[in-house]
Amino acid sequence: MTVVAESFVLPERRGTAGRLSDFFWRHPHVLLTVLLGPPLLWLGIVYLGSLFALLLQSFFSIDEFSGLINYEFTLATYRQLFSEANLDIILRTVSMAALVTLVSALVAFPIAYYAARYARGKWKALFYLAVMLPLWSSYLVKVYAWKLILAKEGILTWFFEKLNVLWLLDAWLALPVVGGNSLSVSYTGTFIVFVYVWMPFMILPIQAALERVPANLVEASSDLGGTPAQTFRHVLFPLALPGIVAGSIFTFSLTLGDYIIPQIVGSSRLFIGQAVYAQQGTAGNIPLAAAFTVVPIVIMGAYLWMAKRMGAFDAL
Amino acid sequence: MRSEKINRVPLGLKIAAAAGLAFMHLPILLIFLYAFTTEEKTYQFPPPGLTTQWFAVAWNRPDVWAALTLSVKVAAIATAAALVLGTLCAAAVSQTRFFGRETVSLLIILPIALPGIITGIALRSAFSIADIPFSFWTIVLGHATFCIVVVYNNAVARFRRISGSLVEASMDLGADGFQTFRYVILPNIGTALLAGGMLAFALSFDEVIVTTFTAGQQSTLPIWMLEELIRPRQRPVTNVVAMIVVIVTFLPILGAYYLTRDGDQIAGAGK
Amino acid sequence: MTTAVLFDNVSRHFGAVRAVDRVNLSIAEGEFFAMLGPSGSGKTTCLRLMAGFEQPTAGHIEIFGETAEGVPPYRRSVNTVFQDYALFPHLSILDNVAYGLMVKGIGREERRKAAEDALAMVKLPSYGARRPGQLSGGQRQRVALARALVNKPKVLLLDEPLGALDLKLREQMQEELKSLQKSLGITFVFVTHDQGEALSMADRIAVFNEGRIQQLGRPEDVYNRPTTRFVADFVGSSNVLSAKLCQRLGLKTASASLRPESVAIAPAADGALSLSGVVAGRSFLGATNRIVVDVDGNRIAVASPAAQSVPAMGTPVTISFAARDLHPMEDA
Ligand SMILES: Nc1ncnc2c1ncn2[C@@H]1O[C@H](COP(=O)(O)OP(=O)(O)OP(=O)(O)O)[C@@H](O)[C@H]1O
Ligand SMILES: [Mg+2]
Repeated sequence: MTVVAESFVLPERRGTAGRLSDFFWRHPHVLLTVLLGPPLLWLGIVYLGSLFALLLQSFFSIDEFSGLINYEFTLATYRQLFSEANLDIILRTVSMAALVTLVSALVAFPIAYYAARYARGKWKALFYLAVMLPLWSSYLVKVYAWKLILAKEGILTWFFEKLNVLWLLDAWLALPVVGGNSLSVSYTGTFIVFVYVWMPFMILPIQAALERVPANLVEASSDLGGTPAQTFRHVLFPLALPGIVAGSIFTFSLTLGDYIIPQIVGSSRLFIGQAVYAQQGTAGNIPLAAAFTVVPIVIMGAYLWMAKRMGAFDAL
Repeated sequence: MRSEKINRVPLGLKIAAAAGLAFMHLPILLIFLYAFTTEEKTYQFPPPGLTTQWFAVAWNRPDVWAALTLSVKVAAIATAAALVLGTLCAAAVSQTRFFGRETVSLLIILPIALPGIITGIALRSAFSIADIPFSFWTIVLGHATFCIVVVYNNAVARFRRISGSLVEASMDLGADGFQTFRYVILPNIGTALLAGGMLAFALSFDEVIVTTFTAGQQSTLPIWMLEELIRPRQRPVTNVVAMIVVIVTFLPILGAYYLTRDGDQIAGAGK
Repeated sequence: MTTAVLFDNVSRHFGAVRAVDRVNLSIAEGEFFAMLGPSGSGKTTCLRLMAGFEQPTAGHIEIFGETAEGVPPYRRSVNTVFQDYALFPHLSILDNVAYGLMVKGIGREERRKAAEDALAMVKLPSYGARRPGQLSGGQRQRVALARALVNKPKVLLLDEPLGALDLKLREQMQEELKSLQKSLGITFVFVTHDQGEALSMADRIAVFNEGRIQQLGRPEDVYNRPTTRFVADFVGSSNVLSAKLCQRLGLKTASASLRPESVAIAPAADGALSLSGVVAGRSFLGATNRIVVDVDGNRIAVASPAAQSVPAMGTPVTISFAARDLHPMEDA
């Protein structure tokens, strides 16, 4: 065991791999470039480049007679964006996104709270899977499931009938705005499906935030005589807020951009996503479609900036 | 051990949590029921009768098979690209120190932080500007873009868990960069990459919004489903396909979960 | 005698932090060299400079006469026992130990044999099939040692290898390490912040503070004759006599150190020096009593055998010591 190597510097490993390794070790910046190069080329050039090109197009306009794009800088498209009909679409979408986010938080909170505070061991794993599977199962299948449920001849009508409260459903559908011919062509239907599809995204961030609240904090509050409601308002809610905000990034953003759900379950009035889709497709007005996409980008930018200031990213 | 007090669950909470979970799962279960219905024209509930004949009908539909094959091909190639790019990025961000690391993380998350329609329309208009005709590869390109983040998230979480001194220990014992990657890094991040790859596959397999903008004439399984949703042709076949899609996406999710469950960070928390 | 490691005015700065600052040292082949210092004093950075994980911002390093700068860690015949052991969790103990031989392309049979020998040397002969997670802290430490030694390095670096062990195991490992080093004849560079460990194991000690070597010498010199106030304080808590007291004793230095064991509470015998003061503190330390005597505001600790009676607080006493136990120091 006492025989030691001849020399302090060991010989180089033979072959290109050895030489390349030495080269990378001496020039770590080259290695970094090699590592980051392909993904940055892909995302930076292909993705950001496309995004940038799209935004650029919002400053062009469409020639009304020929239907061709007029490549001259103009704000005309933005003037068009802020026309009353389009503002209506934006307002409708944003209110829907806000409402969906709010209700998602309400539905998600008890699940997240139970999972964070009471579920242990096997149950915790089960809870996790019970959230993960619906979260990851097919978006279209989920929408399809609701088409089955909300259909006039579907399970929901059958259920109301069995309970002898069909008049309740009819009364609701008779209401202006939220009502309609059937649930599957009403805002109510759109709203339910949105909540169903995006709500699971809310659970895990809230759970993560709640898990960081030490259990004894809750006990301390009730020991000090706080009622459950007070404990919730003054202790739990403020601590869970970053998680709610983090989750709402998903629910809000996803609702803002969706065009499939309102198309399949909903009335004929458009949401931003549908407007973008229609403008770039049938209408062929790419500049206006581009201008429309600026709306969610700006809203999400502001939202993310606010969320960052609230420390929501730590809960992601 | 926690105190007794903490283990007594308030009844209201129990009910709310149970109702929430039921809300999440019942509609999916309903899909399973409808796959067996005898009713052809409507979504009638309860089903007038049960049958397994639609499985055979779906099995013999060439359009379903074509869509399924295309989806699997796209998902496989997009996942492979995402695995390479996501791992490279994760390695760079966690193994080296450089200026602008935050920016790189933000750039990777952007394709899923922004609504899918924006990614889709941006890519579509870029293709038309660059005169690239729609093809199999334009679909793959779009999918890989948003799959990178899934692989990246899993790999970064695992990189964070392997202590930096393992890499140094390996070099100290005479292994150069490539050997260290081959014998130390890869075995330690392998399961995380596998999990990330499975999630990326599931994500791509299911994607519809970006795909409608990058697909041209071809139809992946979700596009096929979407057309059935908008203009139903043969409802029972759609029911069967929906059930199969549910099962096919569950498998990689369960797999990813089992591969990463002993870590504190579990795959797929952010889709 | 060959020089194993030579630092010539070596600095390693991280921005404004001077982790290692103009260090000169030379470690002889076969020496057991300890680097002692408080947390953040630059010991680990020095080791990393030797291992090749850091490059000096200034100065020059030679190992066995060859320039070390620019030589990657994997091409240095230097191995490290890491503080957290850094065993590979995905490999068996045997594969961990054989790792260095494997990446050098040595055949399977040969490296298995060498790894088994190395495990036997650290007294873990039958543990090869286990995983690192199935071993105790002390056992992992031995595996880390075997994994480094199997490569027959010219220099072995140990970064606080015993830090995580309990006292008894620690003492046992100290002896084992020492005898292993003697029998192998490999140069050991050992980092610790435990002065007892450094004193009992090392041939020579370098005391670090704020990136600089305060004193470098044999254990008994560093212990008995600290040359700076920092060393006097950090190594065995010597008394530091102020310039004024030194003057009163007829010594012309900025300050002087005096070991508590060299002081007695007794009138001066022939040729001894003495001072008078009052007892200002007493504590029982087991084998000795520690008595603090206040001499005009200077607090001087005296270690007196436990058998001797302890004067009450406030009692005026005379302390005495031999002139040769008083060691002049460089700083005040
Ligand atoms: N990579 C680095 N970047 C910036 N500063 C560093 C780096 N490495 C070390 N330092 C700083 O250099 C100084 C010396 O660190 P070093 O790790 O060498 O101390 P140490 O003597 O080993 O301490 P300990 O006993 O706590 O291990 C510390 O102030 C440390 O914060
Ligand atoms: Mg250290």
